[in-house]
Amino acid sequence: MIRIKCPYCGERDHSEFTYGGDASIKYPALDAPASEWTKAIFFRENIRGMQKETWHHTNGCRLWLEVERSTITHEIKSVKACHPQIEKITKNKS
Amino acid sequence: MTSLRKENYGKINREKVLGFSWDNKEYFGYEGDSLASALLANDVRIVGRSFKYHRPRGVMSCGVEESGALVTVGSGSRRDPNVRATTQELYSGLNASGQNAFPNVNFDFGGVNNYLSRFFAAGFYYKTFMGLPPFEWGKGTGIWMVFEKIIRKAAGMGKASKEPDPDSYEHANDFCDVLVIGSGPAGIAAAQEIANNKLDVILIEQDSLLGGNSLSQKDFDPYLLNTQLKSSGIRVMPRTTAFGIYDNTVVGALERVTDHLPTPHSSLPRQRFWTIRAKHIIVASGALERHIAFNNNDLPGAMTVNASKHYLNRYGVLTGNNIVISTNNDSVYQTAKELHEAGSKVTILDSRDNVNHDLSKDIDLHLNTLPFSINGRKKIDGIDVCKTTDLSNKNTIICDQVLMSGGWSPIVNLVSHRGIKPTWNQENLCFIPGQIKENISVVGSAKGIWDEKNCIESGFVGANEAMNTFGMHKKEISFPSVGGWSNPIEPLFEVKSNKFPSKSFVDFQHDVTAEDVRLAHREGFISVEHLKRYTTLGMANDQGKMGNIIGLSLMAEQLDKTIPQVGTTVFRPPYTPVPIGALTGRNVGKHFRPLRVTPMHQWNIDHGAKMIEVGLYQRPWYYPKKNETLSDSYIRETTIVRKTVGICDVTSLGKIAIQGPDATELVNRIYTNPFAKLPIGKARYGIMLRDDGIVMDDGTSWRLGENEYFMTTSTAAAAKVMSWLEELLQTRWTDLKVNVTSVSEQWAGAAIAGPKSRDVLNECVFDASEITNDNLPFMGVLQTKLKDGTPCRVVRISFSGELAYEMYIESDYAHGMMDLLWESAQKYDGCLYGLEALGALRVEKGHVTAAELDGRVTIDDAGLGKMASTKKSYIGSAMRKRGVLSADDRDMLVGFFPINEKETFNAGTIVCEKNNIKGQGVGRITSVTHSPELGHWIGIGFVKGGLEKWKDITLIGADPVRNKQMEIKVVSPHMIDPEGKRMYA
Ligand SMILES: [Zn+2]
Repeated sequence: MIRIKCPYCGERDHSEFTYGGDASIKYPALDAPASEWTKAIFFRENIRGMQKETWHHTNGCRLWLEVERSTITHEIKSVKACHPQIEKITKNKS
Repeated sequence: MTSLRKENYGKINREKVLGFSWDNKEYFGYEGDSLASALLANDVRIVGRSFKYHRPRGVMSCGVEESGALVTVGSGSRRDPNVRATTQELYSGLNASGQNAFPNVNFDFGGVNNYLSRFFAAGFYYKTFMGLPPFEWGKGTGIWMVFEKIIRKAAGMGKASKEPDPDSYEHANDFCDVLVIGSGPAGIAAAQEIANNKLDVILIEQDSLLGGNSLSQKDFDPYLLNTQLKSSGIRVMPRTTAFGIYDNTVVGALERVTDHLPTPHSSLPRQRFWTIRAKHIIVASGALERHIAFNNNDLPGAMTVNASKHYLNRYGVLTGNNIVISTNNDSVYQTAKELHEAGSKVTILDSRDNVNHDLSKDIDLHLNTLPFSINGRKKIDGIDVCKTTDLSNKNTIICDQVLMSGGWSPIVNLVSHRGIKPTWNQENLCFIPGQIKENISVVGSAKGIWDEKNCIESGFVGANEAMNTFGMHKKEISFPSVGGWSNPIEPLFEVKSNKFPSKSFVDFQHDVTAEDVRLAHREGFISVEHLKRYTTLGMANDQGKMGNIIGLSLMAEQLDKTIPQVGTTVFRPPYTPVPIGALTGRNVGKHFRPLRVTPMHQWNIDHGAKMIEVGLYQRPWYYPKKNETLSDSYIRETTIVRKTVGICDVTSLGKIAIQGPDATELVNRIYTNPFAKLPIGKARYGIMLRDDGIVMDDGTSWRLGENEYFMTTSTAAAAKVMSWLEELLQTRWTDLKVNVTSVSEQWAGAAIAGPKSRDVLNECVFDASEITNDNLPFMGVLQTKLKDGTPCRVVRISFSGELAYEMYIESDYAHGMMDLLWESAQKYDGCLYGLEALGALRVEKGHVTAAELDGRVTIDDAGLGKMASTKKSYIGSAMRKRGVLSADDRDMLVGFFPINEKETFNAGTIVCEKNNIKGQGVGRITSVTHSPELGHWIGIGFVKGGLEKWKDITLIGADPVRNKQMEIKVVSPHMIDPEGKRMYA
């Protein structure tokens, strides 16, 4: 079972979280052309190895987290809040 | 052969006699017996019939690897098939029977299969049902359907009960520093050392008694050990199997809480399904003794050597009087000695040419000798043996039991769950665990260490590794080396028989013989994984614990390769079977999933509502008057709403409070239509798209203040929309100063719909003048209070197409609000209406819900294209017209009428052109209802190209599931009051 160290709640089972997706995607501006959006939405890497991904602590503090996880071993290298200000606060806390 | 219960042997309690029944006969055993030991003590030798050939089988081991004594325990709803008699503890009144036999295991008609066995060789199913040459008679699935039933009946295991399981099961969770799996000498040493260092230790043991293989020692006292461990603070969990190791050193375990008790306990679950999160795991799971493949190696009385030592010293049962032991390794000599001391005549066949052992003169030792074939039919009469150098020259030894030891296989299963490939150790002829990078240590014979002293030493080294995980001082010690026999083991996997077909069993449970493995090779199945599937070797409920290595060695021989070159099969959880009941836990029946009720749930029921599940929610379905059917009721409710007024619980809609200086910006970015200029005190219906331009959800947002909105979502998408807004704000638009809070549970809501709804509201609110058409126009929002002063929110909004409002109140006041509304509505001959009427009203208006917005539909498909702003950008705006999404022949929202007004249709009906009724047709009907206003059935759904293309053309509504077809026509989805005059009234 994957266990994720939520910076706000502590280490919890993955069943408390919802998987988001690739955290490295930079979404285009809303008025960007369809070609840019197509790239962001449909042309994704299928990463073998360390991947930055988002997880939502749905049954917890509701923070969206950026998790560095190996897609081969499930090893988790780092976890931080996606929102930069929240990240600062939770970092100081821990 | 009669076996003896030996005085002064065993760890059973002879004070406590237990009566039990086997195949409807009464027997006695003792407390501490397993079902297998009690059967052996009673000289019950045939306890099962084999899978394909129905050969008689007896007890073959003393543990979880058992392949002979698979029995059915219990009856009725508690009938449990395929129970290993070797691990089933005996209790008073236990009722067990043999399986896969008719009329019983002693005399089984299915035994005829034994003589037809050449038809049942590997790949039998595949070949037979490809057709029988030369005429290819019976080719295809038709004949398979006929024969499958007969074959399945003949080949198989026990039968599960078809009644609901009366027992309860629990899910339980725990945490610890170090989890030790297995309580043999290595596990005990590790657990004690770690506990001495003040770490929190859980020790798991699948057996009821601690000790592992020490239980086969005469002077070992498991009860004393248990006391010692507990006093060192170790949390001991007996009768618990660690069936799998998962990521992050999490272990799944099954605890058999009451399987050893005569009657189900009123307050205890039958089993507990544990999830244990450890920081370090020590695997001390031991090793299993292998058998040897040779002719008739499965006759009742054939057993592994170490098992007989267990039966003697743990259960006080001497399994044979005249025993032949066949081996290729040193592990059997101690057993031979003890069996001899207990009174048996013992003969050892050792395949090696030179062994150095101090043996009593009364034990016959034949070196360079192989077992060739066991003689007998239902019991062993003797064994033909031969020299390793000359297989054709046979000698017969009279005996009543044959014990086999072809070497030992460390139980690498649990480590294999972590994707760690075992490595072949040629010196000891076994797989040992490979390099582990996680916080898992393997100790004892699970690591291939045979000697007890070294096993204990390895336990200390494992403990040391565990303590290192916690940053505690690490001593400079390393694991003792693998092995530990004074005379090296020599390969002995199979003794080839010249008989055809050979009955040298590799996998007893699935009746896979050595010849089957060779046949598979001849037919081209050279990968181990293919071999497994073709022969079914290793696919029975022991999952190859006994036969895998022998199968590999045979394959290696055929391919002229070594065993590691041939490979190993990957083990997956569970190590031993886990009942579905335990996996399910308490999530059965009503508790299958959570139940959500609205704050007026009881009020609805008190007022006669029949409820229906919508997602997790219980919602009012209809409110029948005396004798009314669902259909009568919703048609009446729909009619009354259009005529006077109706009240409906709409609490299940999602509700989100959006607050902050950038609230308007957020709302404007996520909806397709403009929200930037929505005045305070007004609401707007909005559509949200996904990034890819498909519709996500629809709902309303009300502007309560400069920086505050109240958003409603559909019931189905409430959670999804909330997570979506959080994702946008936390990951993409982190500069927006806005906060979203789910308030779905905080607000109760009711719809008040119908021409008299304003009159009803007037009577309920504190100040009736607020509700006028001028003060509260269509889409107006009011924060006001009820007659009794309770604050509430009112919005003039319509799902039914009538003059209508929704009123929201803090959940705790829901009953009061409903009382007020209902008291007033009754004065206007109003009604309460449920989901069915709500659906009818919206279908008449062509309003979409989740049935239409199914993740394939664009805003244009839904006929709501005019709600897509061209003046602003929003989520999905860039993509909503991409490629196929702007094609001309997309499925567009339309209404459907039956041509014959008396006909009805169902949601799911496929819309086809006349004379071309096939496939997916040209469209689909998604929602249907009887329309009281129109007087016939109507539907909405989608058709390629939309209304313009199909207007005035008769189409066919095909319902192949119900074998129904009717003529239909396409109409506008807005079937009633298309100008919307009523809701603006
Ligand atoms: Zn959290």
